[in-house]
Amino acid sequence: MRGPFEAAPPIELTFTLNGRPQQLQAPPLRRLLDVLREDLGLTGTKEGCGEGECGACTVLVDGAAVLACLVPACQVQGRSVVTIEGAGFEPEQQAFLDAGGVQCGICTPGMIVATRAWVESCRRDGVTPDERGARDALAGNLCRCTGYGAIVEAALRAAAARGEPT
Amino acid sequence: MRVISARSLDEALAALRDATAASRVLAGGTDLMVELAAGRTSPDLVVDVGAVPELRGIRPVDDGLWLGAGTTCTELLHSAAVTAHADLLAIAAREVGAAQIQNRATIGGNLGTASPAADLVPVLFALGAQVALRSATGARVLPVEDFVTGYRATARRPDELIEGIVVPPRPARELRAFRKVGTRRAQSIAKLVVALAIAADGGVVTAARIAAGAVADRTVRLTTLERALFEGLPPGGLADAVAASVAADTAPCDDVRSTARYRSTVLARVLVRLLAALPSC
Amino acid sequence: MSACVGSDLGRPDGPAKVSGRAVYVADLAVAGAWHGGAVRSTIAHGRVLRIERKPGFDWRRVVVVGPGDVPGDNVQELLSDDQPILAERVVRHVGEPLLLVAAPDLPTLEAALAALRPIVEPLPAELDFESATRVLHEVSIDKGDPGARFDSPPPGARLFEGTWRTDSQEQLYVEPQGCVAWPADADGTVVVRGSMQCPHYVRKALARCFGIAPERARVVQLTTGGGFGGKEEYPSVVACHAALLARAAGRPVRIVYDRHEDLLVTPKRHPSRVHHRTLVAADGTLLAMDVDVLLDGGAYTTLSPVVLSRACLHASGPYRCEHVAIRGRVVATNHVPSGAFRGFGAPQTCFAIERQMDRIARALDLHPFALRRHNALRLGDATATGQVLHDSVGSLAVLDAVAARTGIDRHRWCAPAMAVPSSNSGRVRGLGMSFFFHGAGFTGSGEELLKGRVAIRLLPDGRAEVAAGSTEIGQGTTTVFTAIAADALGCDPGDVVVAVPDTAAVPDSGPTVASRTCMVVGSVLASACRELAARIGGAAGDFRSRARAWLAAGGDGIVEHVYGSPPGLVWDQATYRGDAYPCYGWAADVAEVEVDLDTLEVDVVRLTTAVDVGKAIQPRLVEGQITGGALQAIGWAQCEVVSSRDGRVQQDRLATCIVPTTKDAPRFDVTIVEQPYAHGPFGAKGVGELPMDGGAPAVLAAIEDALGVPADRVPATPERLLALLEQRERTS
Repeated sequence: MRGPFEAAPPIELTFTLNGRPQQLQAPPLRRLLDVLREDLGLTGTKEGCGEGECGACTVLVDGAAVLACLVPACQVQGRSVVTIEGAGFEPEQQAFLDAGGVQCGICTPGMIVATRAWVESCRRDGVTPDERGARDALAGNLCRCTGYGAIVEAALRAAAARGEPT
Repeated sequence: MRVISARSLDEALAALRDATAASRVLAGGTDLMVELAAGRTSPDLVVDVGAVPELRGIRPVDDGLWLGAGTTCTELLHSAAVTAHADLLAIAAREVGAAQIQNRATIGGNLGTASPAADLVPVLFALGAQVALRSATGARVLPVEDFVTGYRATARRPDELIEGIVVPPRPARELRAFRKVGTRRAQSIAKLVVALAIAADGGVVTAARIAAGAVADRTVRLTTLERALFEGLPPGGLADAVAASVAADTAPCDDVRSTARYRSTVLARVLVRLLAALPSC
Repeated sequence: MSACVGSDLGRPDGPAKVSGRAVYVADLAVAGAWHGGAVRSTIAHGRVLRIERKPGFDWRRVVVVGPGDVPGDNVQELLSDDQPILAERVVRHVGEPLLLVAAPDLPTLEAALAALRPIVEPLPAELDFESATRVLHEVSIDKGDPGARFDSPPPGARLFEGTWRTDSQEQLYVEPQGCVAWPADADGTVVVRGSMQCPHYVRKALARCFGIAPERARVVQLTTGGGFGGKEEYPSVVACHAALLARAAGRPVRIVYDRHEDLLVTPKRHPSRVHHRTLVAADGTLLAMDVDVLLDGGAYTTLSPVVLSRACLHASGPYRCEHVAIRGRVVATNHVPSGAFRGFGAPQTCFAIERQMDRIARALDLHPFALRRHNALRLGDATATGQVLHDSVGSLAVLDAVAARTGIDRHRWCAPAMAVPSSNSGRVRGLGMSFFFHGAGFTGSGEELLKGRVAIRLLPDGRAEVAAGSTEIGQGTTTVFTAIAADALGCDPGDVVVAVPDTAAVPDSGPTVASRTCMVVGSVLASACRELAARIGGAAGDFRSRARAWLAAGGDGIVEHVYGSPPGLVWDQATYRGDAYPCYGWAADVAEVEVDLDTLEVDVVRLTTAVDVGKAIQPRLVEGQITGGALQAIGWAQCEVVSSRDGRVQQDRLATCIVPTTKDAPRFDVTIVEQPYAHGPFGAKGVGELPMDGGAPAVLAAIEDALGVPADRVPATPERLLALLEQRERTS
């Protein structure tokens, strides 16, 4: 249901979206997913379930992978939101193409965002990316097409492309 | 519906002055947003505490380790202090949803929702945690078992906020274990979940806290089993003690995730295996 | 020339998908579009008395459409006319639509739907298909004289009986159902765009619903986020609903299901019960088979007759047997209608025959691998319908390939039957296998009747455009067509574009189902391309220059070909005798599991599979089909529960409708075997469905190997395994 998220009067919302300041009015509980898709026309973030189970709506808030269907607008106030439309996803995008990690594509943007969050966390924490880590990091992103092998392979290729931990 | 985004603890508590039983606190949103989507809740007031700085942070305090209610699962599983003093919490936090949920879901939220299948709550039971509640008019501390009062029900008054959780210092030679059995390997809700902490001295059990989730209308302590560990096992040994406790202390049901039969049988098996692996039992 | 076929091209649809630019139905910007939804039955069977409007709602804000507002027939066009678009007097399943509503925004739509309450007088509901009596369709297949063999078996022969059951399964395409419809334009054409496998099916359904010629309905596929059969027939329902609302509202209307609605009301895999009686010689030779197949069709016929047909045609497995009787029935119940799902009946019967083979092997103390290899259909053998296999039979090749990869041929049963397993670690391992085949293309004379058409046409810039109704649903249609066209034309893949499936602009190449797109449509495409290439000639210069020169000289740049069955195929639909399919794909799986003895959780550690696809046009896409299909099969085998209470699907949210995650998926070891099929493009056969067939029996065999209990029902959940183990304790 969408109604409950729209029930409260709109508030003024200021945040950073894909590196640029963004200002708009939205009901405070309006899902970030709807703010992105409907208010801002950024439809690369997909809705697969609307209840935090499928991962198709994964975006970065302050660098962390989160589900845009479970984030109310009021909680991105002053924060930085990055979607698949943002810059810097090229290594992951190329890896998914090269490894055959794309089939129907509906899970792909969320997979790519989650992969980037994982690769960056490995670099930040000095963890060597491996298959097990990739499977842990992507366990919240359902794919019904691939059997996941090519997706895990893509994540490892993306990690390799971004290089050694910093 | 009114939504108030608090920027400080005082603002949050002030907003909660008007709260009713229908009001909801919003932290990581991983429960509330799902309930809103399903039409299962229609709050008159939502107090957003996601940006309240006082609710963040893990720090040592006199009586143990303080975990701000807004501590996320990701913070739990990355915290050196948690790993040192409350390792079960880190282990359990890894089993909550998947990475995206762990980045948002908070320990206060997991406790406050009081789902019988909550992953962290049995751990808090096993660790003997205390819940710090605060309102505009005062503060109080409750043992976690007194805090959880029923199916998704707690002792929190509408005007109160879970401020934090205190995990007592880890006793010497305390052995701990956690096991979640879910519907799949990740991103699952528990069919049953067990956490236990047992202290022994010279082969004698001196303290035992054993808790289980998803086997009753709320998280429960397996007191019958704890008593048997103190007072001596029945003639049938550990298996009998476990069976008696599962019968006495749990009331599992059939639901969409599992069966009562499975829950009670597997709970007993998991307990026997976890306890048998502990050197003191 | 074969530069593209056999080597991996980049997916033409890849860049748009990884960047988020691909437009799915929920992404399509449509100015002024309203949102549509349905008032649905909450009970499984009942008489509709009235629909109450709760007071307090301003009905001027919305439009409401009832059965009386259907301009054409209130019939959901498919194989039978038994399903209304909107139920009028009787509802036959939970979720059956009664009224449609469109509103300017979703909160208003939700409020309106909540204010409409159907008052339905309950009627007795049939919810147990095993006792249901209303038969929707029957199939009989007879070969030899099994009756005589069972009545007077040869000395030493033994009779084995087994009953095998499979539950339903949710397709769980990650993009829910949806489409956008526009009201009829000036010349009366109704336009629908949406998520679908078969635009021409949707066109036919709209024509019936509106009482218009098919040409007055235009259906365009948008990027489609998975189908797996779930978007074969059901998009017609969504399209009719949206189009009726658009007509009433006088503006475009979008219907996109939320996951909850999708799980509750859309068709799922047919539950099955298959009973086998098998007469076997002491050396393991199959002497006679009697197979009884029962499927739960749900409340309406939908595609059940064809699902049953395929189920029965695969019921005796990839095995030689001189005497076979197969009896199939699909019965009506008050469950949500069952529908198409990858495998289309074959996974159910494949599960039964494969587990029956294991049961026979155990009892005769024969090796399950040896028993299968001994009885495997070979070149020159005849199937249950009497089809003689003339070419492209990879049966022994796939068996030997998995044996070489796993050593399954030397593996002994881990747990003896009925022995209590034990292990210090609390975990036990098991191996299990399956051997299976899958008929590629439509059954029998289906392709002959359908006459799928494909066009290749030169664009002004000299590129060649493939025009077909076949859809890209993730499986790689556009890439495969590009490779086939490029090689058949003798051009670069960059010289080929694949047209968007738009019924107004592409010929009807038939539905994107039945593992037919590559093999059947691809072969028509290849022949059309070869003719075009011959026309424009192989003179000097690159393809585009030659093509432009041909067009400049007034040459006809369009070639449209129609499918013609390979010579010699004979099928008698009345007797189910003859060539059931043009050819078969062959495969063998070996599953390796670890079972936790406390919790009975099953980890599928590795799945080794060898698959004869004729020719892998795009090897990486083929592997993607194999691993993706196999994981769906593994999920069905262990965790994908679909159950209902009072006819209502219990797994109605993604929190309870469980499919495998990255951490549930095994490592896959895939061997692609190529036994070329003479009439497929470059030797290719179908591959889409085959990988779904063998995973469940292999996993359950491995569980049986690990635990020693007879795993006879899909899914083998921990709860069911516990019940089996407890039953064994009681009886031993």
